[in-house]
Amino acid sequence: MDFRSSETVVGPHSADLLPDSATMAVKVVIVGGFGVGKTTLVGSVSEIRPLTTEETMTQAGEGVDDLAGIERKTSTTVAMDFGRISISDEMVLYVFGTPGQERFWFLWNGLFEGALGAVVLVDTRRLEVSFEVIGRLEDRGVPFVVAANAFPQSPTYPTEELRAALDLPPEVPIIACDARTRESSRDVLMALMRYLYDLSTQKLTTPPHLTTPPHLTTPETP
Amino acid sequence: MSAADPGWNDAEPERLYVITRGRSGLAETTFALVTLIVSRSEPTATMQPEHAAILRICGSPLSAAEISAYLKLPMSVVTVLLTDLLGEERIEARACVPQAILPDRALLEAVIHGLQKL
Repeated sequence: MDFRSSETVVGPHSADLLPDSATMAVKVVIVGGFGVGKTTLVGSVSEIRPLTTEETMTQAGEGVDDLAGIERKTSTTVAMDFGRISISDEMVLYVFGTPGQERFWFLWNGLFEGALGAVVLVDTRRLEVSFEVIGRLEDRGVPFVVAANAFPQSPTYPTEELRAALDLPPEVPIIACDARTRESSRDVLMALMRYLYDLSTQKLTTPPHLTTPPHLTTPETP
Repeated sequence: MSAADPGWNDAEPERLYVITRGRSGLAETTFALVTLIVSRSEPTATMQPEHAAILRICGSPLSAAEISAYLKLPMSVVTVLLTDLLGEERIEARACVPQAILPDRALLEAVIHGLQKL
């Protein structure tokens, strides 16, 4: 038997307890390349110390068909940081930062399912790392805004130059942010909510990339 | 197998297999990352430690993702454990808001209002 008794599991700090009236939880997902500040953003906007959840990804070895008959699977533990914001006595918003390695984002069971939307966090020095994820969010019909995290050395570009560089449709909001401050990170989430609100009021003009229900798309394997 | 084995590693799939008694959790759809869980009974002495731990920390609502974080167990394992507890009516699961392609306006207004207070 496992000697880890239930007593050794430390639960939430008493200051972090949700009221019993909390009945509704929603989430947004922060995506972006390695080192763009996802964890920083989650940490600065969260009311609780950010937590880490993990998933064990088991994949049959790729491209090893010659080993047919031999049960060969690779198993990797992938971690994801997340934070929490109390919206009201009844509602809680969870903010998930995707794992560092892109290939796991869309394998994580249910990560984007039911998400209100996503924030693509970019570093203007390395825009190219965002191309693939933007394409995949579009394919899956996940609405998103783009936030350019201001690093001291990052050049600032006019919004329209960023839009052109990222090949974004005109309606997708692009915001500059400083992921280290709560106010700025909060404004990024606000921008996403306002965008979602606008989309919901003009469903008839929904851009084509938002018309495929997420549950009808098959997760791609990298 | 010995629990005192110094080589016993938390991340070992074998240990997770024991905790879930071989079930994968992949077929379970009742629990999402943000499904809120609340205990409806006290842990008992004969209970599997992981089940007892969940009942102990869920006195106030906690999302499945938070349970995974505090127990240091993968989500798929937590899903199996929650399914057990729900089957025995030891927990209440507050399902997340059913999501169409786009969330409804009242919900978004509530979130915007909540963020403004932050």
